[in-house]
Amino acid sequence: MHFAFDEQQLEFRSQLRSWAEAHCTPADLRAAWESRHGWSPDRWKMLGELGVLGVTVPADHGGLGLGLVDLALLLEEAGRSGLPEPLLENTAVAAPLLSQLPGRFGAEVRDRWLPAVARGEASVGVPVPGLSGLVLAGSDLALVFRGGALYAVETDEPSTGRRRTIDGARRLVEVDAAQLSSANRLCGPEKSTPLRRAAADRGAWAAAAVLVGAADRMITSAADYARQRVQFARPIGSFQAVKHHLAGALLRVEFARPLVYRAAWSLDEADPEAPGHVSMAKAAASDAASLAASTALQVHGAIGYTWEHDLHLWMKRAWSLASAWGDAGWHRARLLGVTDW
Amino acid sequence: MDLRFDDEQERFRQEARAWLEAHAPSPLAGHPPPLPSLDTREGFEAHRSWEGAMHQARWSVVSWPAPYGGRGVGLFEWLVFEEEYYRVRAPTRVGQNGIFLLAPTLFEFGTDEQKDRYLLPMASGEEIWCQGWSEPDAGSDLAAIRSRAERRGGDWVLSGQKTWCSRGAFADWLFGLFRTDPEAERHRGLTYFLVPLDSPGVTVRPIAQLDGETGFAEVFFEDVVVPDAQVLGHVHRGWEVAMATTGSERGLSLRSPARYTEAAARLVELWRRSHDRHPRRAERLADAVARAMIDAEAYRLHTYWTATRVLDGGQVGAESSMNKLFWSETDLAIHRTALELLGPEAELLGEDGRPGEWLDGFLFALAGPIYAGTNEIQRNVVAERVLGLPRS
Ligand SMILES: Cc1cc2nc3c(=O)[nH]c(=O)nc-3n(C[C@H](O)[C@H](O)[C@H](O)COP(=O)(O)OP(=O)(O)OC[C@H]3O[C@@H](n4cnc5c(N)ncnc54)[C@H](O)[C@@H]3O)c2cc1C
Repeated sequence: MHFAFDEQQLEFRSQLRSWAEAHCTPADLRAAWESRHGWSPDRWKMLGELGVLGVTVPADHGGLGLGLVDLALLLEEAGRSGLPEPLLENTAVAAPLLSQLPGRFGAEVRDRWLPAVARGEASVGVPVPGLSGLVLAGSDLALVFRGGALYAVETDEPSTGRRRTIDGARRLVEVDAAQLSSANRLCGPEKSTPLRRAAADRGAWAAAAVLVGAADRMITSAADYARQRVQFARPIGSFQAVKHHLAGALLRVEFARPLVYRAAWSLDEADPEAPGHVSMAKAAASDAASLAASTALQVHGAIGYTWEHDLHLWMKRAWSLASAWGDAGWHRARLLGVTDW
Repeated sequence: MDLRFDDEQERFRQEARAWLEAHAPSPLAGHPPPLPSLDTREGFEAHRSWEGAMHQARWSVVSWPAPYGGRGVGLFEWLVFEEEYYRVRAPTRVGQNGIFLLAPTLFEFGTDEQKDRYLLPMASGEEIWCQGWSEPDAGSDLAAIRSRAERRGGDWVLSGQKTWCSRGAFADWLFGLFRTDPEAERHRGLTYFLVPLDSPGVTVRPIAQLDGETGFAEVFFEDVVVPDAQVLGHVHRGWEVAMATTGSERGLSLRSPARYTEAAARLVELWRRSHDRHPRRAERLADAVARAMIDAEAYRLHTYWTATRVLDGGQVGAESSMNKLFWSETDLAIHRTALELLGPEAELLGEDGRPGEWLDGFLFALAGPIYAGTNEIQRNVVAERVLGLPRS
């Protein structure tokens, strides 16, 4: 029993953190929100060069061939920095899914796209459960489950329409049903169902990891603000009501974290309990991030309620990801066997 | 990262399980019957005998060195033992104040003579300890302590009053803080004393708790003579010593996660059973049941996380306040949800006139946010020491 990250994993996180401090500032996030897809292909390329996009890509396809435990702190860091790029979708969902595609066509798709993802030259879209047919904007390839089958749809813009989400970096496009054909069909229900479920579990886990990072950032920023903002001739952080709000939110984040790390381990080990562990992680992280968002907003007062202040960039990520990949209530219901993917 | 227990730890688990299954008094089938209530003279002595039986088989204090009755095993083995202990629903440890709170402090601050004198009888249950921090005017503000110790001849003479001493009604010894330098700054002039409750001048007055049983006591001191050998740590430096004890209380040692994971597993069982009898109620409460289950598991994993850090040479600092907040809230959530699942039956006492397991657990859980430093105080600590907010 050794429940901790190793030196390399911690070092990789520091690298990503330093990089994000330079290349993923709030101003960069705002610019991304104004851009075509909501994220930046240039930054995607840099993430490829950093090795971040290759973590879960097998070594024979140009990646590092590591697991979700190695990815956990990087996703958390993505949440902390507010990274707008589709990191969780590509590293936690698409890359492992591509690695498992069955058949000759599956091998072709894998050989073509995995190395491109690892290098940051392509992004592969995956459908968010419950929003069937919608994938992230800017995807070069969409892996779509439809009518029980799995398809690989390759196109510059696999869309018939765009849906914005509350998070300006998360734009969704609909994959046109007319683009699905026997020519790009990867497999039928028998093979696709377990792939779809496993993909959903990894997506839910990865969203939980990002949420923990975003929650942490919001609490830290609110604590910074509470030290500086003066009312009644004292910093508002000296008021007990403010302290207790922040301590309560921090508590939920600190105890969500080990659930997230444990779920990563269970997924890597193919533990039969992994789906339950994922649900615990996602439920706890969704709630922690929602609480962190409302707490941070309350501590900031009106300035936090503006477009101009940066807080909303993280709040919106939190709200989006808290509801995506199964919300807290859905995951709790799944834990008791009431529902499933 | 490796979340598996190794073979040796698994063997240790099996050995503990086998012994506990054969010997532990428990409401579970196939065990000796549960012991009478801890808060009666008879029940207290029955619990003391159980401590003795555990000590003889060397299960009382597994993490202590062998000369003091332990097996010298590590933190994770201790957690494994606790999991097995709660799994069979073995008796409440009547010696817990000594074993889990005083002992870590003795190991850190005690002289060799003190360790030799106190640890073995503590492990065997021959000497049961109670904590003497609180006083009528010193609750959350512990540094307001007024009980005094004065130098007389070569000894100390204690006077004053302690209160809310858990298990104090039947305990043998008390550890606590007394003011030795009334001139010094409040936190400075305190000294940590070890006092036998049968000393001349000590009066113990039992106090009935919420459930009507004598779970704690007031202790009065009138010119109680105590030798230097019964001072733990340096004179006037008792505050630092006491902080080590209260850190243990909030941190790793007092509330091991097994207590909550076991209760959460019983809650899920209760939910499954009520699903057949009261499906609508069960459906309404499913979310709360899952929440309680997740929180218990989060506490377990968080403890593993902290234990790993400690074994890797790290410290448990102000995070122990987060632990305390989390276990006390989790305990309440588990028991509240169970009572809601019982619905109209929740208020019923058993045939013996005592609360059943859920009501009893609920009453006890209600104390969690109060003792070991109230949750309001812990939130202050987290905000100031973890988040760096200014003091009020
Ligand atoms: C079951 C049980 C067992 C106990 N066992 C022991 C024992 O063995 N030995 C022992 O010494 N003591 C024991 N205690 C006592 C316990 O340590 C105290 O109850 C606790 O420290 C609080 O003190 P108080 O009860 O005087 O409450 P007070 O300090 O009077 O507090 C009352 C309320 O005011 C709040 N409050 C006080 N100060 C502040 C502040 N600065 N900011 C915000 N809120 C504040 C508190 O949080 C609380 O809600 C036990 C208590 C219980 C319930």
